[in-house]
Amino acid sequence: MKILVPVKRVVDYNVKVRVKADGTGVDLSNVKMSMNPFDEIAIEEAVRLREAGIAKEVIAVSCGVAACQETLRAAMAIGADRAILVESDADLQPLAVAKLIKAVAEKEQPQVVIFGKQAIDDDANQTGQMFAALMGWPQATFASKVVIADGKATVTREIDGGAETLEFKLPMVVTTDLRLNEPRYATLPNIMKAKKKQLDVLKPAEFGIDVTPRLTTLKVSEPPKRTAGIKVADVKELVAKLKNEAKVI
Amino acid sequence: MTLLVIAEHDNASLKAVTLNTVAAAQKIGGEIHVLVAGSGCAAVAAAAAKIAGVSKVKLADAAHYADQTAENIAALIQAQATGYTHILAAATGTGKNMLPRLAALLDVAQISEITAVESPDTFVRPTYAGNAMATVKSADAVKVITVRSTGFDAAVGEGGSASVEAIAAAADLGLTKVIGREITKSARPELGAAKVIVSGGRGLGSGEKYHQLLEPLADRLNAALGASRAAVDAGFVPNDYQVGQTGKIVAPQLYFAIGISGAIQHLAGMKDSKVIVAINKDEDAPIFQVADYGLVADLFQAVPELLTELG
Repeated sequence: MKILVPVKRVVDYNVKVRVKADGTGVDLSNVKMSMNPFDEIAIEEAVRLREAGIAKEVIAVSCGVAACQETLRAAMAIGADRAILVESDADLQPLAVAKLIKAVAEKEQPQVVIFGKQAIDDDANQTGQMFAALMGWPQATFASKVVIADGKATVTREIDGGAETLEFKLPMVVTTDLRLNEPRYATLPNIMKAKKKQLDVLKPAEFGIDVTPRLTTLKVSEPPKRTAGIKVADVKELVAKLKNEAKVI
Repeated sequence: MTLLVIAEHDNASLKAVTLNTVAAAQKIGGEIHVLVAGSGCAAVAAAAAKIAGVSKVKLADAAHYADQTAENIAALIQAQATGYTHILAAATGTGKNMLPRLAALLDVAQISEITAVESPDTFVRPTYAGNAMATVKSADAVKVITVRSTGFDAAVGEGGSASVEAIAAAADLGLTKVIGREITKSARPELGAAKVIVSGGRGLGSGEKYHQLLEPLADRLNAALGASRAAVDAGFVPNDYQVGQTGKIVAPQLYFAIGISGAIQHLAGMKDSKVIVAINKDEDAPIFQVADYGLVADLFQAVPELLTELG
C-alpha cells in the first residue's frame, strides 16, 4: 500500500509575521520558511505506518515554487521514500492544490492520503476535505489516532466537546490534528540520505488543470491592536478593578 | 440573493453558533433559509424557524444524518444548492469538516472563518494566526463560507415564524460509520458560549494542580475552563480545552489567563475577549502585552487569594 502525503512550505511557526506597509500582503523577505507543522505530523504518521509494515511506500508531494524542494527533502529526511514537486509560481489556492494532488493520486494510486489539517499561513483548513470530495473518498479530519488493518481504517478524531471514533473503507483521506504523534527530529545521516532520494518535478500544465485563483486578496491589514492595560499590585486591587472599573464580575 | 445557513445541532437542540452564522447572513443581505439535516430533529427545525430574519427552514430527517458525517451532509447540501448565492456554516469542528467538501463538489473556493462582511462578494478573514487580516473577493457564483462566531453578534432566536419544509434525503453513501463518541461531560458552560473563561497553562505544573486551583474559581464565576496548548500537550486536560489558533477561538466578557505565557498561537484564540486578566510570575511574559489587568504573582498563592476575595 502506498501513502501519499502532501506538504506545504510555509513561514516558520516561530516567526511573527509583519503586514507590509502598502497593505498588499505580509513581508516574506528574509523570513525563515519550514514545513507546515501539521504536515510534519502527517509525514511522521505515514512513516510509522510503513515501519509497522502496513504501508510499503511513502511519497511526499508539494505544490508550489522551486524552493519547495527543500520542504520535500525535509519530508524525505523524516522518512518519506521519494517526492514529487508540482512546480508553479502561481498563487495556488486550496481548490487548485486539491485538483493537482488528485492528478498525482490518480497516477500513484495511494490507498491513504494524509494531509495536515490546516496550513499555518492561510489558516484555510480545506485542502484535505476538498481532495476527498474530488475523489469521492471518505475523510477522517482532525485525526488524533489512526489504526489501519484488514483494508479498513479506524480513526479517532477531535470534535467540539470531545472525540469520536469512526470506521472507514479504503481508499481514504486523513487530516492530522496536533496530538496524532510527535514528529521525530531528522538525524544528520537521514538528512544526507534524503539528498539522494528521488525527487520528480512536474508542471501543472502537464495535467491540464486550471489553477486560476478564485479569491483575490484586495488588502491585508494589521488586526486591531490590543494595548497593554495596567499591572495591579495585588489580588485585592484586581478584584476591585474587575468590580468597579471593568464591571465584569 | 437567497442564502442558505447550515444549522449546527445535536439532533435535540439548535446550537447557539447558528445564530451568529445567521447574523453573518443578515450582514450579506437577502432571503435567508436554514437547512437542518439530522435524525429525529424536528425540535431543531422548530427552533430554527423562530430565528428572526429566517424565511424558510428545510428539514432533511434521515438516520444517516444523525452523526453529521461530512460525506453524507455535503452531498445533501450539494443536491439542495441550486438557487443559492451563499451557503454558510459556523467555523466549528463540524462546519470545518463538511463545508470544504461541499465547496469542492460545487467547484468553488471556500472562504474560511470570516470575521466581517464588506459586501456580498467581499469578506474579511484572519490569516497567520490572526496576525494579518485579509480582505478577499470571491469570483465564484456561489460563495461557500464558514463564519467565525466571535465576529458577529448573535441574531435574535425568538420572534420569527419561518415555514418548515421537509425535503428528501440524499442517498446514504455508506463511506463511513461512527462507532463511538466521547463527549466531555461538564455542568459548566461551553467554551465557545461562556461569558467568563478561566484558562490555565504550563505554569500550573500538573493536571492535579490545574483542577485543584482552577475548578473552584470557574465554579465561583460560572466560567468555562480552557487551556493553552502547552497545558494540553503536557496532559493536564483533554484537547477540547485548548484555546488558540488551532483550538477554540473565544471572545468572552472576561478571560483569565493563569500561568499562560502568551504564545502568539494562544493569543490568536482569545485576544478578542472584552477584558483579559493575566496572572503570571514572569513579568516579561507576552500575555501582559494584551492583558487589561496583569498581576505579577505566584499563581499558587494568587488564585486561592482571588477565590477568598471574591467571597
